[in-house]
Amino acid sequence: MKGMTVIVKKVTQIICGITFLYGIYIIIHGHLTPGGGFAGGAIIAGSFILLIIAFGSEFLALKKEETGSSILESSGILIFIIIAILGMVIGGAGIFFVNFLPKWEIGKLISAGVIPLYNIAVGIEVAAALITAFLALLIYRDEVLK
Amino acid sequence: MIIYILTIFLFLVGLYGVLSKRNLIKIVIGLAIMEYSVNLFLILVGYVKGATAPILSSDVANKLFVDPLPQAMVLTAIVIGLATTALLLAIAIRIYKKYGTFDIREIKNLKG
Amino acid sequence: MEILLIVILALMIGGAIFSLEAKDLLSAVIAYGIVGFGLVIAFLLLQAPDLALVQIVVETITLIIMIAVIMNSTQEELKTKWGNKTVVYIVLSLVFIGLFLYIFNRTTGALSRFGEHAMRMSKPYLDPGAEKTGSANLVTGVIFDYRGYDTLGEATVLFTAVIGVLTVLRLKGRKSE
Repeated sequence: MKGMTVIVKKVTQIICGITFLYGIYIIIHGHLTPGGGFAGGAIIAGSFILLIIAFGSEFLALKKEETGSSILESSGILIFIIIAILGMVIGGAGIFFVNFLPKWEIGKLISAGVIPLYNIAVGIEVAAALITAFLALLIYRDEVLK
Repeated sequence: MIIYILTIFLFLVGLYGVLSKRNLIKIVIGLAIMEYSVNLFLILVGYVKGATAPILSSDVANKLFVDPLPQAMVLTAIVIGLATTALLLAIAIRIYKKYGTFDIREIKNLKG
Repeated sequence: MEILLIVILALMIGGAIFSLEAKDLLSAVIAYGIVGFGLVIAFLLLQAPDLALVQIVVETITLIIMIAVIMNSTQEELKTKWGNKTVVYIVLSLVFIGLFLYIFNRTTGALSRFGEHAMRMSKPYLDPGAEKTGSANLVTGVIFDYRGYDTLGEATVLFTAVIGVLTVLRLKGRKSE
């Protein structure tokens, strides 16, 4: 797939980073404001997809990116399970998904115990999963056209 | 009550697409429409008149919230829907590469 | 509020019908966008900002993937021929739709009317929810605390679906070393 015109590329350079930061904001504030791991992960994936579409697929070494995002996806779900097992070990009750960290004051950024950590793990997983699926389709198209 | 009926009518439109269309892409679109209508139905059932979104904040005196349970279910279901749609589309373009068409009846004839 | 929802739902149904009947696949996919973005507005009206935030991004990515798929293939819709049995099929489907709507109406008669949802089941999630989970956003609290197993299951399904995409789309087998 070829890239787009100079105007689109320039606008993408400006917008892309802001979108990425917005996704991280949504993930980190998931326990305070609307959003969370699912929404923020989808927004981060959207920022990468915007970059790939605007600059064309030959700009990036897509095979390598696909391997990386696939590893990231697997590690996201692994972190999720590890936190759950930590709750089982440290929490004392012997059950999955125990909130073992102290819950500070409601409404502050650092509160709610392990819920922000779950948000981050799910955010990584969703973002990497969507990027991997998109990259797989793109690589397939390029190989077929070639 | 008419809102529920309209939602289920949207479901029926998607079912019509899945059952009667010959094009694989149209079938995928029909499945996605069915999924959307079910999501909307769950959220409609959990709505309470005059309530706000279930988010606590200091400046909201209103303690009446909509039901957070269907929202949590649907939130995960939306992302899963995207992943399954991508899987269906991947299978569709593999079929296109092998047979050169999206027409399911023609694919059935070619298979033999 | 209710009237606005009805208008949006009518728009979504119109978009769905047009999308399924369009001659060109590209216009079909774009009309399918009407359904998704209408759903975003419906979620906002129904006080579900989390869902609206997810849905608007997911819809955009779905449209991009769909357009990427159909760009390199035949874009014309295949014509359906009218045969002898077509009238029978139409009558049968009308009967089915009537039956379905009738049964649906009977079964949802037991539900409470729109906007008067009985909160008996969700009281234990709402009232002590913030103190128990420590999360100000109650939806996040439900997802990751009360219903953690569900989220784990959904994450596994997402993972499996992406593995499926990678497997289906691999052209060459991996070289054995």
